[in-house]
Amino acid sequence: MSSVSTAPVQIAPGQTSRVRVVFVGHVDHGKSTLIGRILHDTHSLPDGKVAHIQKVCAAKGMDFEFAHLLDALMEEQAQNITIDTTQIQFKTDKRPYVIIDAPGHKEFLKNMITGAASADAAVLLIAANEGVQEQSRRHGYLLSLLGIRQVVVAVNKMDLVGYSQEVFDRVCAEYRAFLAQIGVEARAFVPISARNGVNVANRIGENQGVAPTAWYTGHTVLEMLDTFEPPAPLTELPLRMPIQDVYRFDDRRLLVGRIETGTLRVGDKLVFSPNDKTSVVASIENWSGPALTSAVAGQSVAITLTEQIFVQRGHVASHEVDAPIETNRFRARLFWMGKRNLMVGQPYKLKLATQELDVEVVSVDRIIDASTLEAASGDRGYIAKNDVAEVTLQTRGALVLDNQDRNPFMGRFVIVDDRNVAGGGIVYGGVYADRTKVKSANIYWSEGNVLPKNRVLRNGHRGGVIWLTGLSGSGKSTIARALERELFNSGRQVYVLDGDNLRHGLNSNLGFSPEDRVENIRRVAEVAKIMSEAGLVVITAFISPYRVDRGRAREIVLEGGHEFAEVYVEAPLAVCEERDVKGLYKRARSGEIAEFTGISAPYEAPDNAEIVVQTDVQSVDGAVAVILEHLLPRIRTITGDEISI
Amino acid sequence: MSAIDLLLPDYSSHPAYAKQYPAPPIGESPAFFPEKISREDAAHLDSLESQSIYLIREAYHHFKKSLCMPWSMGKDSNVLIWLSMKAFGGHIPYPLLHIDTTYEFPEMIAYRDWAVKNYGLDLIVKINEDARAGTGAYAERGPIGYDTADPITVTHELKTAALQQVMAEYQWSALITGIRRDEDSTRAKERYFSPRNKDFEWDYKDQPPEFWNQFTTSCAPGEHVRVQALLDWSERDIWLYIQKEGIPIPHMYFARQGTDGLRYRFRSLGCYPITGAVRSEADTIDKIIDELALTKTSERAGRAQDHHREGAMQELRAKGFM
Repeated sequence: MSSVSTAPVQIAPGQTSRVRVVFVGHVDHGKSTLIGRILHDTHSLPDGKVAHIQKVCAAKGMDFEFAHLLDALMEEQAQNITIDTTQIQFKTDKRPYVIIDAPGHKEFLKNMITGAASADAAVLLIAANEGVQEQSRRHGYLLSLLGIRQVVVAVNKMDLVGYSQEVFDRVCAEYRAFLAQIGVEARAFVPISARNGVNVANRIGENQGVAPTAWYTGHTVLEMLDTFEPPAPLTELPLRMPIQDVYRFDDRRLLVGRIETGTLRVGDKLVFSPNDKTSVVASIENWSGPALTSAVAGQSVAITLTEQIFVQRGHVASHEVDAPIETNRFRARLFWMGKRNLMVGQPYKLKLATQELDVEVVSVDRIIDASTLEAASGDRGYIAKNDVAEVTLQTRGALVLDNQDRNPFMGRFVIVDDRNVAGGGIVYGGVYADRTKVKSANIYWSEGNVLPKNRVLRNGHRGGVIWLTGLSGSGKSTIARALERELFNSGRQVYVLDGDNLRHGLNSNLGFSPEDRVENIRRVAEVAKIMSEAGLVVITAFISPYRVDRGRAREIVLEGGHEFAEVYVEAPLAVCEERDVKGLYKRARSGEIAEFTGISAPYEAPDNAEIVVQTDVQSVDGAVAVILEHLLPRIRTITGDEISI
Repeated sequence: MSAIDLLLPDYSSHPAYAKQYPAPPIGESPAFFPEKISREDAAHLDSLESQSIYLIREAYHHFKKSLCMPWSMGKDSNVLIWLSMKAFGGHIPYPLLHIDTTYEFPEMIAYRDWAVKNYGLDLIVKINEDARAGTGAYAERGPIGYDTADPITVTHELKTAALQQVMAEYQWSALITGIRRDEDSTRAKERYFSPRNKDFEWDYKDQPPEFWNQFTTSCAPGEHVRVQALLDWSERDIWLYIQKEGIPIPHMYFARQGTDGLRYRFRSLGCYPITGAVRSEADTIDKIIDELALTKTSERAGRAQDHHREGAMQELRAKGFM
């Protein structure tokens, strides 16, 4: 176990240029005391705070402890345990810091992760009198899993072992050997007494004439902190801008999100994964000042595109070179904090950047004891609380990701169980390849229940009918197929009904007389209704020239309680006739085909279609984008949870 | 009438100015417009701004129509308005809420009305009328006010209980708040997205994990989520940002000649009976920032309800106070 992937850079998104340092370690090894000591020695406390805590302690008959400064909540003072992550700021001569205090109790792992996940660096405490403990190892492992490489080990409570160099060396040797196993090298081991202030801010402690650790020639804890590197700029990595939302509050269509890595410029050609649509950046908006020409990693931006393609939350913008991986199956190292076990084969929600998809664990490949680093057999159907494991995951629909060692922001995810984040993981071993080749078929879960709501839950969307109507050659089938592909790729159940699959079978006894046209449309509507009931999004592509027939189709579908949206695929007759893909107009003009819509039979254009697309001026992608924007809110699940496309 | 025409009338006889802090000059604009200055030591504001905008956009995405932004007209909540305008390109897609305790400084109300016009805000004003009048649920206890009850009780009834009433009425499931970690040690433990139960209680002992910018973005009916968009900011950051962007704010943050000849300003604004001005010569943002570098008293030292008894803030916050 020497190849834990870590990020090339470790910064928390959107954090300040202050260095964020997490303090971790076994319970009672002195984290809060060390932090209280640092605040005191750097004069970072408000006037009266120390006096106030001293007064409170005296009133309770307790000795004053620096730890009380942080453990401000009343319960914590009573229990003497830090309950939650606290963030406090202080400054050295060199720069500002944010301290993250993470609790050491095993059951508080989630708070430790919450604190440590946003840190640039870590101080890990080990009490000299107790030596390396289970939590010392577990925290070290989790730091490496979270990608935190700048670690200083503070060997605390040296006063309790008489500042013995021998004890210090023994602790260092043991822990250094452990860190080596997980590929972490501590920047330094510092012998300290947080209580007495030895080697924290100053070499010599309070009220002591000579340095009690004269044998130690290294830096103090604060000097070591000053050697930590501030967050490195992420502008050099390939561009990743996960789309957070699409706004249309005025005549502009704004794509918003944070550039997590790389640089984006006006005029850049962007590719949006997973649907591989491309467009060019028209502008980078700026409400309070002049528009921008470029923006870089860390900035929350709003951009407009030159061409209106369909983009929504969860899509990831990149440049064409160095695009991310798109897959629905990947491997990850995962830590679990949930109250309930993570079960193989059960559906959960996965969140990666702004994507949100259903996910299941396909297999547990290895369970790792974070303390002993021993791998248990992977032949287990669950992952228990506080486990760390290597797993294979599968999402419903395509997920855009990077290996964590290539791009930290796109290589980490959380798993949600019962509304709360219950686990997290990092992606490894993904293959960057030609997208069309890594795309694998969606695999669907077996399902015992057949209630309509179960279908909705399983599909992640409701059933419904998109009814395309328009002249022959207007582009109905082309749009239907493009729309079907778009919905299918995003994990939705979708099917196109058109002349090809109905006229040859179910409707093979029907011709093109007005009566037969009516019956044709009636049958299409009934089939579409049944398929909607089965949970599918049905796209119909028929000329359906009569208003009354389309009205009846609408009634049939609405009767079943499903969504119905009429789309008028509009193109001037002259354009359709010019296209004449199948040569039908020619034959109609020559009289070879009788009752041809637009030539020898009427077409009644819709006067209240939900959506109108004009194929003589809009591209196929543009038309599909318009339909999707209208459709997706309608088939959203009842809970309002949105499914990433 | 446009925002520019709203000018301050004569407040000199208002009880809010009964102590040494005097009423503002008549005919002044309710807003102070700071000179836009980008200081060299303000470079870190870009990432704070970016994270806040990210949080605000997340809140809107997940809560849409059931989202509201409480607004006290104080410096922090004016920064929130500014960040919202930036997040949505000059448009705030959710209502603002002012919980009016009826003990507001009148020039703050004047500022409120000015800002509503200036930004085109959708504002909801809520007063716990029953508590003030001693009617309805308060019939037995009688009217709640600073003349009849202690500051913790008044704060709870006129702010938290009022919030509960208005949230029940509008069925909001998320609030964007402007609290900051550096204000108070209980606030230091907050999450960006912090769930509250039906009784508005904060289970600070068992908070959901929050990391890698993945948040608790849904809640059960009746519960709500507090989206704390300024959590990472410090008091100094707020001032640096107001200066960098030139954000209009109320005048009361700037030193004013008192009736005793000394100069005073407010660091934190609340109900006038329990909010104290501090001695200060700072009449520009630069001077305020310099003052902060030297001061070691806490920002909320002038807010009596925080210090009424040991653990007062925790007690208030556990019951739903911001």
